[in-house]
Amino acid sequence: MSGDAVGITGIGVTAPGGIGAKAFWELLMAGRSATRTITLFNPEGFRSRIAAECDFDPVAAGLTPREIRRMDRAAQFAVVSAREALADSGIEAGWPPPERRAVSLGSAVGCTMRLEQEYVVLSDGGRHWLVDHGYAVPRLYDYMAPSTLAAEVAWASAAEGPVALVSTGCTSGLDAVGRGVRLLQEGTADIVLAGATEAPISPITVACFDAIRATSPNNLEPGRASRPFDRDRDGFVLGEGAAVLVLERVASAVERGAHLYAEIAGFASRSNAFHMTGLRPDGREMAEAIRASLAEARKRPEEIDYINAHGSGTRQNDRHETAAFKRSFGARAYQVPVSSIKSMVGHSLGAIGSIEVAACALAIEHDMVPPTANLHTPDPECDLDYVPLTARRQPTRSVLSVGSGFGGFQSAMVLKAPAGA
Amino acid sequence: MTVRAMVTGLGVVAPAGVGAEAFWAAARAGHCALGPITRFDAAAYPVRLAGEVATFDAAAFVPGPVIPQTDRFTHLGLAAAAMALADARANPADLPEYGSAVVTGASSGGTEFGQHEIERLWREGPGSVGAYQSIAWFYAATTGQVSIRHKLRGPCGVLATEQAAGLDALGEARRMLRSGVRLVLAGGTDASLCPYGLVAQLSTGLLSAASDPSAAYLPFSPAAGGYVPGEGGAMMVIERADDAAARGIAPYGEIAGYAATFDPPPGSGRGPGLVRAAMLALRDADVPPSEIDVVFADAMGAPAWDSAEAAAISAVFGPHGVPVTAPKAGSGRSYAGGASLDVACALLSIRAGLIPPTPGGGRPDPRYAIDLVSRQPRKQRIRAALVLARGYGGFNAAVVVRAPSRPE
Amino acid sequence: MANFTFDDLSRILRDSAGLALDPGHDDTPLADLGYESLAVLEFASRVKKQYGVALPDEAVDVSHTPREILTTVNERLGLT
Repeated sequence: MSGDAVGITGIGVTAPGGIGAKAFWELLMAGRSATRTITLFNPEGFRSRIAAECDFDPVAAGLTPREIRRMDRAAQFAVVSAREALADSGIEAGWPPPERRAVSLGSAVGCTMRLEQEYVVLSDGGRHWLVDHGYAVPRLYDYMAPSTLAAEVAWASAAEGPVALVSTGCTSGLDAVGRGVRLLQEGTADIVLAGATEAPISPITVACFDAIRATSPNNLEPGRASRPFDRDRDGFVLGEGAAVLVLERVASAVERGAHLYAEIAGFASRSNAFHMTGLRPDGREMAEAIRASLAEARKRPEEIDYINAHGSGTRQNDRHETAAFKRSFGARAYQVPVSSIKSMVGHSLGAIGSIEVAACALAIEHDMVPPTANLHTPDPECDLDYVPLTARRQPTRSVLSVGSGFGGFQSAMVLKAPAGA
Repeated sequence: MTVRAMVTGLGVVAPAGVGAEAFWAAARAGHCALGPITRFDAAAYPVRLAGEVATFDAAAFVPGPVIPQTDRFTHLGLAAAAMALADARANPADLPEYGSAVVTGASSGGTEFGQHEIERLWREGPGSVGAYQSIAWFYAATTGQVSIRHKLRGPCGVLATEQAAGLDALGEARRMLRSGVRLVLAGGTDASLCPYGLVAQLSTGLLSAASDPSAAYLPFSPAAGGYVPGEGGAMMVIERADDAAARGIAPYGEIAGYAATFDPPPGSGRGPGLVRAAMLALRDADVPPSEIDVVFADAMGAPAWDSAEAAAISAVFGPHGVPVTAPKAGSGRSYAGGASLDVACALLSIRAGLIPPTPGGGRPDPRYAIDLVSRQPRKQRIRAALVLARGYGGFNAAVVVRAPSRPE
Repeated sequence: MANFTFDDLSRILRDSAGLALDPGHDDTPLADLGYESLAVLEFASRVKKQYGVALPDEAVDVSHTPREILTTVNERLGLT
């Protein structure tokens, strides 16, 4: 698809290990893992009792009492990140006008925490199928409708153009940013608040991943449990958080003297149409998404300096993804550094794709590649350079970010350094 | 040359009927398919009516192994998708490997399935949640299952904008066609008639508490007292005009224009964005208001909302400037399925040269200055229809559906 | 406690997977009988609930046959 060049002029991140983009980047550069025993509820009795939680104080983050009362935790993350991104971008009230501001926000499971909390009350602990409406909070419907998350970001950014929630499972975060790029290329908006949010650390979500044994049961070593590409990996560690980017056309950023972190040069998604959770070992659909995004970006594999992997840490994903990189990059797959930041911030489902795009933009900004934490024992099936343990300084001008999700979604995005940078 | 997005197949699962023909027969007759909720005992709730898809046999449409692993909203979506593909006589296998896709609107996800699982969790403990909760409840479930069932390997999507999602899915489908995808299944379904789903809906204060189905959902009426919730939805096959022609398929119509806007925050003093969405969609279609022969209204059925929508319609078309109809008054408001049903109805109206009436609609409130088609269908050659949708929270979307051009 | 029979296996697989177990294929991998990974995980979840038996990760795989699953469950029930 042709169109104007689009770039990132603002970044806001709410992630485990530190609130704000700066703290996020520091965590990645230190190679620290923010996974721990779950504190958001009592995890006794669950198979996986660990998660990557945000130390988030809504008051300190600037939310008002009414906002805190009204908003599910996922909305709080999103709004705080949106405000940070807007401030970072230098976009002010006057321009662009509201009707030229759009929102494209991702989330896989919406307002799960509030929905579950309210359910427990209305059903009196699951005792009643016919829940008691007399106990319902006034905004219960806002939690049932995941679109509310996008509405909150729209209110926070004075957006009256197209606003939507993208909910393609674990690729929501990448797909929402990709959609934002298209809105700008089509001329429908002048800025897009694009990103994603998730606050899934709630009993029902932990239980559902327990049931399919997808999460790590390494409860005795929470800090080491997220170990993508490692021979001893045993599942992903659930995370939470948000990232929101301000996207705008490069020409407009240059005109107003805004700082550009990176351009988003290519985006593509495909579906494996095979199984809701299973992945074939050949990685062909992810490879096809990669090929298409590189083609749009007019980049060859040799020009990619870093691949930010999905790297969830399940046995099947890391194998599938390694195959996809080899299939699409050929011999270059063995040279290009690949890393998974899920090793540090966990897997926040719909949010992680946007958090990873933020990491890629910062990698380009700083010429630094984040490591894969906890990678101590190589797996013969995963034999690429996964940047174990230590961040690496290197010229980082073109980056590929990929994602894979339940439902068969496979997405890929190419970012590159702004021209003249 | 801009790619033109044509609808070549329709699959409908509506309270009024399963299948496009049954749906249309009920719509043109102004049939009211609202009735008491039967999916659970609603006696203790202030709202006891809904538009349920009463005679739906999942086993007739959904493979056996898929039934236990999906919620009803996905059963309905799979049925609608299969019917749409059959109606279009389309076989994705005939297309390039990544040339077909699916995009759905989502609203509540797998609500009833989820309520069962969460009840189990809290009643019996952590190990009692089943393996399918991880794939049945989330909003992407229907897109995922449809993609797998029909081997749609292109860029699949899910959009959540409440009642506007069905139109946003069409906008997305058209974008996909323009980027090279050859066939897109687009639409949405919802099924949130379980106790927790209903109680959540109650909290908006917009649901009608009336007990007589024929007088419960009266959009634009002076007696309007809220809407009745519904289940169901529609999926449609969207292809490029040249592909449809090459396959010898006569399209139902064209998705000629699309736009979406978002309302200013409450208290801003600026008006809602529905007018702008309508105007942008008309401009996108290059269709002036004078060539729109019917408006399918969002029809919230609550006074402030009806007033705002009527004002928007008058702003675009002038007072009494265009026939307006709301067939959903006879089947309920189906959230992610609702706008898709409206588009299906618009396409069938174009084919029949007939505007279906607003069920239960007597004379609209004269202050609204709208020409509401009610009591009887109205014969009308329809060159183009405007479909409006508003999603709770401030989402607006508009689609211009144009009659297929006459064959050369 | 009674042991876990082929009928029990069949019933729970049918409830889990929406697919009845074809008799006479005791040594055919579940994958070849039409069961996919989530169905087997659902089966394991129901077996745990109904019989108190926890099946280890290695046992919960579509490569196993009905006979193997039957043996594993009964071993864990304390009977052979």
